[in-house]
Amino acid sequence: MTASATASKAGWRVKQPSIIPGFGLTLGFSLTYLSLIILIPITGLLWRTAELGWSGFFAILTDERTIRALTVSFGTAFAAALINVIFGTILAWVLTRYRFPGRRLIDAMVDLPFALPTAVAGIAFASLYAPNGWIGSLFMPFRIAFTPYGIVIALIFIGLPFVVRTVQPIMEEIDGEVEEAAATLGANRFQTIFQVLLPSLTPAVLTGFALAFARGVGEYGSVIFIAGNIPYVSEIAPLLIVIRLEEFNYAGATAIATIMLLISFAMLLVINLIQAWSRRRYGNV
Amino acid sequence: MEVRINNIRKEFDRFAALHDVSLDIASGELIALLGPSGSGKTTLLRLIAGLDFPTDGKIFFGEEDASHHSVQERHVGFVFQHYALFRHMTVAQNIGFGLKVRPSATRPPKAEIKKRVSDLLDMVQLSGLENRYPNQLSGGQRQRVALARAMAIEPRILLLDEPFGALDAKVRKELRRWLREFHDRTGHTTVFVTHDQEEALELADRVVVMSQGKIEQVGSADDVYDRPQSPFVFSFIGESSHLPVEVKDGAVLFQGEPIGLSEGENTTGDLFFRPEDVVLTDEQHALSGKVTACRRLAGTRIAEIDIANNGHAPFHVEVEVPLHAPIELGAETRFRPTRWKIFSK
Repeated sequence: MTASATASKAGWRVKQPSIIPGFGLTLGFSLTYLSLIILIPITGLLWRTAELGWSGFFAILTDERTIRALTVSFGTAFAAALINVIFGTILAWVLTRYRFPGRRLIDAMVDLPFALPTAVAGIAFASLYAPNGWIGSLFMPFRIAFTPYGIVIALIFIGLPFVVRTVQPIMEEIDGEVEEAAATLGANRFQTIFQVLLPSLTPAVLTGFALAFARGVGEYGSVIFIAGNIPYVSEIAPLLIVIRLEEFNYAGATAIATIMLLISFAMLLVINLIQAWSRRRYGNV
Repeated sequence: MEVRINNIRKEFDRFAALHDVSLDIASGELIALLGPSGSGKTTLLRLIAGLDFPTDGKIFFGEEDASHHSVQERHVGFVFQHYALFRHMTVAQNIGFGLKVRPSATRPPKAEIKKRVSDLLDMVQLSGLENRYPNQLSGGQRQRVALARAMAIEPRILLLDEPFGALDAKVRKELRRWLREFHDRTGHTTVFVTHDQEEALELADRVVVMSQGKIEQVGSADDVYDRPQSPFVFSFIGESSHLPVEVKDGAVLFQGEPIGLSEGENTTGDLFFRPEDVVLTDEQHALSGKVTACRRLAGTRIAEIDIANNGHAPFHVEVEVPLHAPIELGAETRFRPTRWKIFSK
């Protein structure tokens, strides 16, 4: 082949990606797949929302019921993720640090919320925490089920494995030598945990938090059983979307969905930034 | 600070890792604990540090019985084999950590910590890297950060666990020389663990050779190389060969025949000698065997010789031969050790 032919070929190929063959094929597949699964449905969503026009969109956005539903959704998801960070980290600690009978069983149980139909969990929680349920009756007159507190409990259940499963591998990686090093330098147990061990978990904990939060915002199945679904009080945004759909108000439903989409997208962006930041700083975590 | 180790015994789940070990370390000494893996050298180092506690026996720091003091109370500098740096802290934060965690009564003010950190960085020749994170450093640099961090607390003694184990050969040599200079400058009592005999012999004032949870010999590099006191030390340090012999009426007999060596008391045992302490000879009373291989080793040549053993597997010995000596593969060669030692069975 002549030199010019090689050059022209190199010309339209913007960048020689790699010596491994199949770049064109795999990239094409990825783009097609992403389009079918993610891009086209989202475009449809935005398209439907656009039918409303800016004024219609803002009317829905500023509607008291929408704002309340979004507040409940994001507020309870935030609270649940926060609680999961604390107790999920403790659970991960117990699972990685101690060897005791039944450890593997508990380890397997952590994944249960991934597999269990969320409606089952919701019904179980609703009957347990209802004013006449086993646990709910103990707290009377303070009501747990059919209030935002009930939603938080359901979301703690849903989000737990996300925190445990992101923190656990990083915790396992921490070398026993690091703790011993802190001790030889004079640090007591408290200082070792709070100044050495936990800070090195920060990126993983933040990632776990963001994942649990994102999952909680989108959760529907378990929440509707325990929330009581009282408008303005314990009605979550996904439920409001379903209500709008049942009213054949498709534009209204997609508008709320779009708002949720934008917030969720912003959050996932933050997760990725955290991961990039931690990788730069601590190496491949 | 001098350290005295008195009859230390350590068991892990009934497995004895150390049996009745005693050792006196003088103030300012640089000591190497040398031995194969599983010899108990790291266990001994961790007992001195207080990272483990002895099953029996006592450890004295000067006149103070430190046996039951916690690692924090012992105030030792410990450098781990894999550095154990805090990866979420910068180099400066790592080095300053030991000062920062002190109780407020004894904690130096911030400005002083900063100054100490920068002095230590100078000392380990890493100035300008204070804001890097450990994963942005090379192995040798991390090792020096670990050392600076251990030195920051002004330890009473400095303990290093396989300090150069994870580095490549060239960096290892450089750091070895550097550590010797560092020790001469600071004068800390230093104990380091190694399985590399070259490192131990070159670096240490005294070498402690350990095997199977016991101390085999303590001495200078010359002592352990030239005057090994046990078969283990003879074969572990440097190259050596050994043959079963008998001593009768002052003569050393191998396979019942005199080999031209003489020894005092009657005994049966193993004759040890080094390849370089051998001469080729034509005399009748000598060892003889077939040359099976010959390899060039820098300035000399090593001949591998098999000595027949009445139909059993032959004895295999290695001798150094001059480059000009005629050596033929398969030829019968006669030789005799010039320096040797017999260890009775």
